Amino acid sequence: MAVDKLTVKKIATLAKLEFNEEQAVSIQQDLSRMLDFVNKLNEVDTEDVEPLVYMLNERPTLRKDEPLQEISQQEALKNAPDKDTDFFKVPKVIKR
Amino acid sequence: MEKIYSSFEAIQQDLKTQQTTCQLIVKAYLHRIDENKHLNAFLEVFADEALEKAKQIDAKITQNKAGKLAGMVIAIKDNICYKDHKVSASSKILDNFESLFSATVVERLLAEDAIIIGRTNCDEFAMGSSNENSAFGNVLNPIDNSKVPGGSSGGSAVAVKANLCLVALGSDTGGSIRQPASFCDIVGLKPTYGRVSRNGLIAYASSFDQIGPFTNNIADAALVMEVMSGADKMDSTCSAQEVPQYSNHLNDKKTYKITYFNSCIENDGLDAEIKAQFMAFVEELRAAGHTVEATDFPYLDYLVPTYYVLTTAEASSNLARYDGVHFGYRSPNAVDLESTYLKSRSEGFGDEVKRRIMLGTYVLSSGFYDAYYTKAQKVRRILKTKTEEILSDYDFILSPTSPHTPFDLGKQIDDPIKMYLEDIYTVHANLTGLPSISLPLNKHSNGLPYGFQLTAKSFNETALLAFSHQLLQNKN
Amino acid sequence: MSVYNKYQAVIGLEIHAQLSTKSKAYASDSATFGDLPNTNISPVTLGHPGTLPVLNEKNIEFAVKLGLAVGATIRENNEFARKNYFYADLPKGYQITQDKTPICTGGFITLFPNTAKEKKIEITRIHMEEDAGKSIHDQDPFNTLVDLNRAGVPLVEIVSEPQISSAEEAYEYVTQVRKLLRYLEICDGNMEEGSLRCDANVSVMLKGASKFGERTETKNMNSIRNVKRAIEHEIIRQIDVLENGEKIEMETRSFNAVDGTTFTMRSKEEAHDYRYFPEPDLQPVIVSQNYINGVKTTLPTLPNELYKIYTKEFRLSEYDANLIIESKPLGIYYNELTQYTKNYKAASNWLNGNIKSYLNENGITIENFVIKPAKIAALIQLIDDGKVSNTVASQHIFPIMVKQPELEPLAIAEQNNLIQESNDDDLSSYIEQVIVNNPKEIERFRNGEQQLIGFLMGQLMKTSKGKADPKKANSLLREKLNQ
Repeated sequence: MAVDKLTVKKIATLAKLEFNEEQAVSIQQDLSRMLDFVNKLNEVDTEDVEPLVYMLNERPTLRKDEPLQEISQQEALKNAPDKDTDFFKVPKVIKR
Repeated sequence: MEKIYSSFEAIQQDLKTQQTTCQLIVKAYLHRIDENKHLNAFLEVFADEALEKAKQIDAKITQNKAGKLAGMVIAIKDNICYKDHKVSASSKILDNFESLFSATVVERLLAEDAIIIGRTNCDEFAMGSSNENSAFGNVLNPIDNSKVPGGSSGGSAVAVKANLCLVALGSDTGGSIRQPASFCDIVGLKPTYGRVSRNGLIAYASSFDQIGPFTNNIADAALVMEVMSGADKMDSTCSAQEVPQYSNHLNDKKTYKITYFNSCIENDGLDAEIKAQFMAFVEELRAAGHTVEATDFPYLDYLVPTYYVLTTAEASSNLARYDGVHFGYRSPNAVDLESTYLKSRSEGFGDEVKRRIMLGTYVLSSGFYDAYYTKAQKVRRILKTKTEEILSDYDFILSPTSPHTPFDLGKQIDDPIKMYLEDIYTVHANLTGLPSISLPLNKHSNGLPYGFQLTAKSFNETALLAFSHQLLQNKN
Repeated sequence: MSVYNKYQAVIGLEIHAQLSTKSKAYASDSATFGDLPNTNISPVTLGHPGTLPVLNEKNIEFAVKLGLAVGATIRENNEFARKNYFYADLPKGYQITQDKTPICTGGFITLFPNTAKEKKIEITRIHMEEDAGKSIHDQDPFNTLVDLNRAGVPLVEIVSEPQISSAEEAYEYVTQVRKLLRYLEICDGNMEEGSLRCDANVSVMLKGASKFGERTETKNMNSIRNVKRAIEHEIIRQIDVLENGEKIEMETRSFNAVDGTTFTMRSKEEAHDYRYFPEPDLQPVIVSQNYINGVKTTLPTLPNELYKIYTKEFRLSEYDANLIIESKPLGIYYNELTQYTKNYKAASNWLNGNIKSYLNENGITIENFVIKPAKIAALIQLIDDGKVSNTVASQHIFPIMVKQPELEPLAIAEQNNLIQESNDDDLSSYIEQVIVNNPKEIERFRNGEQQLIGFLMGQLMKTSKGKADPKKANSLLREKLNQ
């Protein structure tokens, strides 16, 4: 099933991925082939069948409302690509 | 000459009679890891730490205070979290990330004095069937270095086969433990969905993923399963069902009712010699007193498509957290929030991961959700119901693990669909949530190994392990 | 006839209330407000690889409480869903919410209860979800700062039917919802701190028209008053647009608190595709009838029921009743007070009068008021027994009680010589003195200047050193003057 360029762009935007021209063609082809492949599911008669959503039949116990301090602020920020003492930092466009 | 141990029983024996110590055992493994760097099985070796731990456990052993797994050296797949250690899912996007907590399975193994020797290479985010999708290079099959070890847990399988550790943990979403086990001639077990906690397993597809062991024999698998399994308050999808003492049942001698699917055996893609050997094996089982019958299962062609719709959908959401903001790789070209996302993700993720995120996003998107996602969920319901019907008449489903023996490195990497079909026999157990094991039973005339797969009823690892033990003993 | 009167407004409100739980919705880190940034945190809240959500049992309890209080239908089989989108304060890249299976449907909020304007606004749904962190854009010129303390705090979203017809009704709706949430003690309802947030869906249509007009969504109104201002502005803006022959764009707008206008939020171009799907990491939660019955027993008496009791049984005025039910702690104090005295009116007067004034002047809440209800009741009894006048009680005894709350009012009165004289002989002699000392005023009073009774009473109180029972004194004085 052919997927058009616009759809690929839309999906890429939702997934926050960007492709250059060459990559875009390649991913468009890949996506089309993958959709062809999965379209096979249309052959299965699923009328009156309930979707299977949860794989376990048990219902677990819920968590008690007791606060736990397991990590420090420092640990929380440890892996941040950019930070100061207290915050995560993300670059923003400078307004002129 | 350092002794190579292939069973925990042998290690425990030598420790008891003081013919070895944990430190000596670890040293030997570290030595072999060093000698086998070309296999690229390990991304990181925790050498100093392992030796230090070995020292502590040796002391505990003399005081008779050591845990059940004292002397067992384990490697963990690079998608299992270990506190204050790096974990990257073999991806650039998690380069240098250090986990703040340990997976529940890691905590349980450490509590019984297992030693964790390092983290193993795998396909990026566990997406792949040959370990050729790692950001840190391919893993080589120790039996023939020109061949793939299987994936996604290639590194873990190789580590056990090449005696770089005794046991390794992998994860199985569509066959990622069983297929590498088949390609590397060892035992690989995927537990029932919910048997083992997923807390600390980097999620690929939440309703499919399970952690499981690679071992040389069933006794070791049974022991590790006893320690790892069971309820976990940090995982709402983990079963509270009691964990049986699997080890106690290994010598149960029984005859079983076994079935195999016609469609599996008649599949075009199945290697002719494997097919013939499989039918011969069926005769062997009958001769041993088991009932083995063929069943119709007309859904073979729908297994992989269903798997791909559902797993890519879940993955597209599970991988949204890798956004360059709070942890992980941030592109040096990020100038604002939007470019932080776009560039970090596009530069940090490999091609196969991006393909699957795109497909997953598509099938969940407005206008396509019902046609793809809901449709696949309904097919999954049919598969599970039909399979459970079949298993009400039989104890096990038998099949080849993989359609062929390990293939050449680089051979299939350009054809995603062909690669997906590697999983045709394994995805069934993930779709249905059933326990499944690959057993190292065969050698092909081409010199390469291939396994046979057994799938059992839900939470019936007891019978699965017992029968597997029986089969491997008979083989030897 | 103003052009604006040709139109009617159609308003629906979406209220997000932060539940006052101790830990977060799906993780154990603290849900407290106001701590140092990124300290109320855990690997789960950070969305770290390998983490999984685990539901807080209080989420269910609080949501069920709310559902019972508004008369909603409570769902038995509750599922969760992922709402997928990217934002700096959303660490997982998705929010765990309820999509197709909200925990409550139906129910209503009563506006202006027990008045002629009383009107019921139906509720579409109430569902559970989690809050996002905070993005701070104006502290660093080059970076957005992100604080995840708030990420994962449990929320309920309350969606009303579009049955609100004016900014005034919207004001009342939010007021009533806030009051209810505080009564149930599931949310502290603080809009300035963000524990209560409101989005307004506003549209206008010509009166008598059959089709609703296009609506806009307005956000960022951080007080109930601003909700009213924003809606007032938006209604007029929409009518102006339509009267100008243009169309209303379905869009999201933001409220400018400085000038009271709404403006288009730049970032929202097209409708977001959130790709909702069932949350695979959380099992469905069964809310049984048994469980619901259990929660029911913990519900407090709600404001509207109290109002009925106060006005019908206690015979308080509507005004007084409304003052008491204003906040739950006031009601609790009043309730205890009326255990010790059956003079409901006096109890109400003391609470709404002296006590409230004292609290306001000193910036204290009723929960921290030092005088126990039993002692106020004793004071009321003292007045009813004629031992002290109301004035003496207010001006002399009460001020001592707030300083020494352990003392009994009777003891205070006795120690300070405040027990009033109801003795007729003493009273007569005081009156004689006043008549003798104020001949001119007596003359003028007898000649018709009846208002001088006030002055004479004043003199009488002075002479008696405040001890005269004013009622008795007044009638005896008049008697003597008329002789």
